Amino acid sequence: MIRRPLRPLARILDARSKGQNPDIIEKENVAIRNDAMRDKSRARAERRLMILAFGFFIAFSVIGARMGTLAASTPTEPRAAAGGSEITAQRSDILDRNGRILATNMLTHSLYAQPRDMVDPVHAATELAAIFPELDAKALERRFTDGRSFLWVRKVLSPEQMQKVHEIGDPGLYFGPREMRLYPNGNLASHVLGGAAFGAEGVDSAEVIGTAGVEKDLDARLRDPAQSASPLHLSIDLTLQANVEEVLATGMKTLQARGAAAILMDVHTGEVLAIASLPNFDPNDRPSLDPKIDPSDNPLFNRAVQGVYELGSTFKIFAVAQAMDLGLVNPNTLIDTKQPFFYDGFRINEFDGHNYGPTKSVAEVIAVSSNIGAAHIGLMIGPERQQAFLKSMGLLDPPQIELFEAASARALVPKNWSGIVTVTASYGHGVSTSMLNLAAAYATLANGGLKVTPTVLHSAVKPEQTRVVSEATAKACVLMMRRVVTDGTATFADVPGYEVAGKTGTAEKPKKGGGYDHDKVINTFASVFPASDPKYVLVVTLDEPVETAGLKPRRTAGYTAVPVAGEIIRRIGPLVGLRPAVAPGAQVALTEAKDPVAQE
Amino acid sequence: MRPVLYILSFLAVLGLAFWAYRENYATQHQLKQMATLQDEIASLHDEIAMQKAEWAYLNRPDRLRDLAAINFDRLGLMPIQPQQLGSAAQIAMPAPPVLVITGTVDAAATISDVRIGAAMVAQTGATGNNGPTAKPAIPVDAKGEQIP
Repeated sequence: MIRRPLRPLARILDARSKGQNPDIIEKENVAIRNDAMRDKSRARAERRLMILAFGFFIAFSVIGARMGTLAASTPTEPRAAAGGSEITAQRSDILDRNGRILATNMLTHSLYAQPRDMVDPVHAATELAAIFPELDAKALERRFTDGRSFLWVRKVLSPEQMQKVHEIGDPGLYFGPREMRLYPNGNLASHVLGGAAFGAEGVDSAEVIGTAGVEKDLDARLRDPAQSASPLHLSIDLTLQANVEEVLATGMKTLQARGAAAILMDVHTGEVLAIASLPNFDPNDRPSLDPKIDPSDNPLFNRAVQGVYELGSTFKIFAVAQAMDLGLVNPNTLIDTKQPFFYDGFRINEFDGHNYGPTKSVAEVIAVSSNIGAAHIGLMIGPERQQAFLKSMGLLDPPQIELFEAASARALVPKNWSGIVTVTASYGHGVSTSMLNLAAAYATLANGGLKVTPTVLHSAVKPEQTRVVSEATAKACVLMMRRVVTDGTATFADVPGYEVAGKTGTAEKPKKGGGYDHDKVINTFASVFPASDPKYVLVVTLDEPVETAGLKPRRTAGYTAVPVAGEIIRRIGPLVGLRPAVAPGAQVALTEAKDPVAQE
Repeated sequence: MRPVLYILSFLAVLGLAFWAYRENYATQHQLKQMATLQDEIASLHDEIAMQKAEWAYLNRPDRLRDLAAINFDRLGLMPIQPQQLGSAAQIAMPAPPVLVITGTVDAAATISDVRIGAAMVAQTGATGNNGPTAKPAIPVDAKGEQIP
């Protein structure tokens, strides 16, 4: 800094020579210097004030913003997650459509040991073996003493067992909390629920993962911590399920069937109200796969979803529906049913050697279930259109349902859809599909032709549906199926008041070496009720049933699946709140009495 | 003046510090209490879940069916039948209450009164309506039932 002198010599000498007071110059310079210093300190003070103001502004802004967020946000407790609730709330409950529990969680304990802390391993091992019969005292003792620091003794304990273990009093035995999946209804709806097992295990908790059914298919949803408090609502109705299973089990026993399955579906939404497959199992104690028995006889096998069968004459209605939709036939069109009928060198026979005469109307072909008639209708349609139609009905794809097993139920379809396939597919042979697909296809016909996707989830929103069949065709099909029940092959299902409509199907099982086994049949009855305003579809299938009340054993669906389905409808009709309709007969009305003479 | 201000502000700081200290401990106490409450809520939730599971287990259809079968003598429960459902129109209207004359009826009338009364009975009685002729002698309570 250049410091300017207060008394610059040149000016002083100059002033002195002029006789002026040189002090004035000094004062003048002092004043200039003071001014400069004042300006400088003022600027500095201003800058400091600005910085301070900025600091205050930031501080108050932060406080203001924080107050704003506190005021605007919803009040939450600082420690919302309490220790105990975390374990039980891991997996959400599964409820039926009315809120009854199908699967829930129970807090139990597992037992583990830390042998280092044990006082008397030998005593503990013998005592534990006494409490749990499946444990071997010697093996346990060896494991306690072989130097390991940790071992699981049992995955789940009952409270009584836990108390007994407490009473052993060994400090090396520890309990870990466990959330256990509980199915309070036992075997009911076991194939829908599937089951659950422990995944990764820790001392304090263990993962519960679904092993089959809904539990596995919606595992991510059920384990989602954000949704653990909201239960999963299934479309299953526990009461209906119990009744269907009871009647089906009785029917299966009386008819000596190897297995049985039934599906009850809402025709408008595709919601499955009851789905049963017998034999079933207890999901609380899921049996393991026994490699010795045939997989299709295993209780774990879901016949209603996983099983793909040739569903026989129940397919005839699809050929008729398509032919009517294409304008090829109407219910009164006469169809050739003349015997013998050969196609491509194959002889097509009627079931059980029947002969239905030279012609039958389309409605009669359905009512008496004529294979030859259906084959002729199929040939009118042609292979490509038939395949496309069956595909559009969802019959050639794995069933679309929230059950893990469904994806594996691929329909068995010949690679080349030739003429003979068209002929046999018209009456339900040569094409195997899942029962669930059949139920959905019947629901499609019953609701007026809108495609139905089956679901086991209860939802308030109606799914968007595409039209597959025209409404008039669908209505006509239901009327034709009504005739099957009133005067066709399914008269045993004519439950008074419920206007049951349906179609029977008897398919002989394919033999292992080829050909068909006449004594081993799969009987199916697919029904719709009430026919005037269809609400429900019921499909009942029996595996190798035989009705022995008559002189010779009878294996047609009309004597096996049909009466079982009829009984199911009789039982569930009132439960779903369907009031039996009074048959529209002679109407009772007042008539005016007239003088007979005056009338003439 | 200035020393007073200093002393006052010092006291204010002291007071605020004491208040903040107390608030801190009060908050901690509340948090602890809340934690115990939440633990209690959690254990109650567990208990509720357990009770619900037990309720579902006790109400499982198999058990109810067996119980209905065991207690058939007392309860006579059967599966609901289609004919048990009907429309409201099928239910008969309740019959009108029938008047029963139990007490003595004081009657003081001339022949002509009797004739008028008989004519009224003939008119109103035919429609099933208990006309004014029958009413006065019998005490009737609010529900229309007679008090003996």
